Amino acid sequence: MTVKKKKRSYVRAAILLVMAGAIVFTIYNSFAGEKSELLQVGDEAPDFALVDLEGKEHQLSDYQGQGVFVNFWGTWCKPCEKEFPLMEKQYQVYKDQGVQILAVNIAQSDYEVRQFAEQRDLTFPIVIDKTKSVMEAYNIRPLPTTLLVNPEGKITKIITGEMSEEDIASYMEEIKPE
Amino acid sequence: MENVQCQCGHTNPPGTKLCESCGRSLTEKDQNSKLVDMRYEGTARRSQTYNKSIIDKIWNFFSSVKVGVSIIVVLLVAAAIGTILPQQAFVPASTEATIQAYYADTYGSVGRVYHALGFHDLYSSYWFIALVGMLAISLVIASLDRFVPLYKSLKNQRVLRHPSFMDKQRIYGSGPGAEDALEKAETKLKELKYTVRTEKNGLLAEKGRFSRWGPYVNHIGLIIFLFGVMLRMMPGFYVDETLWLREGETRAIPEVPGYYLENKNFKLETYTGEGEDAKFGEAIDRVGTVVKNYQTDIVLYQEPEDSLPGATDNLEVVQEYPIRVNQPLKFDGYAVYQMDYKLNELKAMTFALTNKETEESLGELTIDLINPDALYELETGSTVELLGYYPDFSGFEDGEPQTATPLPNNPGFLVELTAPETPEGETSFITIQNTVEPLGENQYKLTFQNADTRNVSGLTVRKDSTLPILGLGGLIFMIGVAQGMYFNHRRFWIQQKADGTILLAGHTNKNWFGLKKDLDRVVDSAKLPAYTDQQDEIDKKEKAEKEGESSS
Repeated sequence: MTVKKKKRSYVRAAILLVMAGAIVFTIYNSFAGEKSELLQVGDEAPDFALVDLEGKEHQLSDYQGQGVFVNFWGTWCKPCEKEFPLMEKQYQVYKDQGVQILAVNIAQSDYEVRQFAEQRDLTFPIVIDKTKSVMEAYNIRPLPTTLLVNPEGKITKIITGEMSEEDIASYMEEIKPE
Repeated sequence: MENVQCQCGHTNPPGTKLCESCGRSLTEKDQNSKLVDMRYEGTARRSQTYNKSIIDKIWNFFSSVKVGVSIIVVLLVAAAIGTILPQQAFVPASTEATIQAYYADTYGSVGRVYHALGFHDLYSSYWFIALVGMLAISLVIASLDRFVPLYKSLKNQRVLRHPSFMDKQRIYGSGPGAEDALEKAETKLKELKYTVRTEKNGLLAEKGRFSRWGPYVNHIGLIIFLFGVMLRMMPGFYVDETLWLREGETRAIPEVPGYYLENKNFKLETYTGEGEDAKFGEAIDRVGTVVKNYQTDIVLYQEPEDSLPGATDNLEVVQEYPIRVNQPLKFDGYAVYQMDYKLNELKAMTFALTNKETEESLGELTIDLINPDALYELETGSTVELLGYYPDFSGFEDGEPQTATPLPNNPGFLVELTAPETPEGETSFITIQNTVEPLGENQYKLTFQNADTRNVSGLTVRKDSTLPILGLGGLIFMIGVAQGMYFNHRRFWIQQKADGTILLAGHTNKNWFGLKKDLDRVVDSAKLPAYTDQQDEIDKKEKAEKEGESSS
């Protein structure tokens, strides 16, 4: 009888556990659902290849060993406009220390992007995601979104929204190879 | 709780109402009632049997039908409240913060509470999911708790029941019978497709036992259905995305890695009322324009394997297809539907460079609003240089023209016009129907000639790998319903005592009329004693008493 009781307890506990597990799992999924589509810190940064204004192809994995500051932007986006001169300034400081900027424009015309870059004397590579496929792969929603990729190719930080000059400097410091 | 010992010597688990072996009533209440309660065959619901550990307590909680029904009621009320204000998908806001602000601004404190409690996205709110999960637990446990003892007791049914069990059945009769009555009854019952078992001086005839499993089959279907719904929340099982695609654009399909769509052409056709459509003439006159067809001609591309996002030079054409309403493009488990459209978005604008005084034209130029050039050279040696382009001009900020979006809704151009007469160039800022000359009076201007437009298709990308699971759950659910509704579990117990007296009892879970019809034929054929429907008699008696009271 006690054996039977013990067995009953185990069976009941097992059934309850499985079902409670399913509920927790579902809630977790529905919560993480919207966010898990976005890349997570710690993930391998998906590789991509985009062409800049000079026709040169930039592949993320080519910069392995360097820290890459990937910034998604558009000319109509006000915060992007504000942070670009600051990024340029810090780029001058960190480019010789192994930090690269890749500014990914979202599907605008060459003319608009070139005009924007020339007016601001930007020297870091600006690439255009013509089909929004990189934006899709990175699940970028608001602009600007910045991803910090460390020399090992892992995402160490995802920043949505405007950054101050101090922010940009500290982020570059963070992904600088040792 | 203690085990219950029956007079016949059988030991029953605690909570049992009718002895598993002989059928005697075991509780005082049941002994005194005129009819026995045949639910679950008088077995003890398993949860009532044990109530010791915490696991048993949780188990017992979910085993209760009251709890199950309460959860359903709460879910229904919550779903009803969820329809009072629009769900977040239908709200003109996209980010978490703006959605929250929208509810607060539009509906005040009610909206704030509504949002805080998660009603704005009800099916994804954690407590709603938790409740549905609890309903699933309740379904499983309540079913197991009832199914297992019911199954055991029906499987181990005794043929011979105690007379006190029989005379408390709703259908009951007793009286003298012929010597071969049992045999004849058995023959007739077999003819009526009953399964008959005999033992000593009695028989048990049974038909349609599987109908008793209907509710449990039905619950299995529900559980499978809920499992399918649960899978929907997992990435990869369910996709429902919107894609606005302009004519001429090629875009990566959201949530569909590796595939691209190009919009070749969108068209909207209406019934003309002429030719083949002449028969609709009257209707068209009555209601005005009637759309015949919404169609997007697309090209589906796939990137080659080991190609990287962004490297889209070598896309491979998979197929060309006209997407029309209800005729989605289908590929690789996905379907792309025609859902919406916008007509006549600006695409290109043509201007003439004209002398303001003489209105003489030095030639025309067309600016592609999607991909403008920096310099336009006219035949006369004049040039128009584009100094700035603002596709959705929204005003000046610190003297700088601004654009609100990347779409050419309200294009603005900062241009330098150079004509043979004005070799230094003249600067002009042009928006629709407006020209500003920021650096002083100009000799030349750009005169708007015409505009090219393009259409935009609103497409929806769907994938639902859970449909087969949902379908299976629904099918099993329906089988369970049919099993329980359209079939009945009918049983007869017949005994013949040594003195020739026949005892006769019948039970069914539903459709007593059908049971009596069967029994009439058996009684007729085997010359069994007449039976009565004891429930009818009780009802009649109560009715008579009531009438007696009201008339006195």
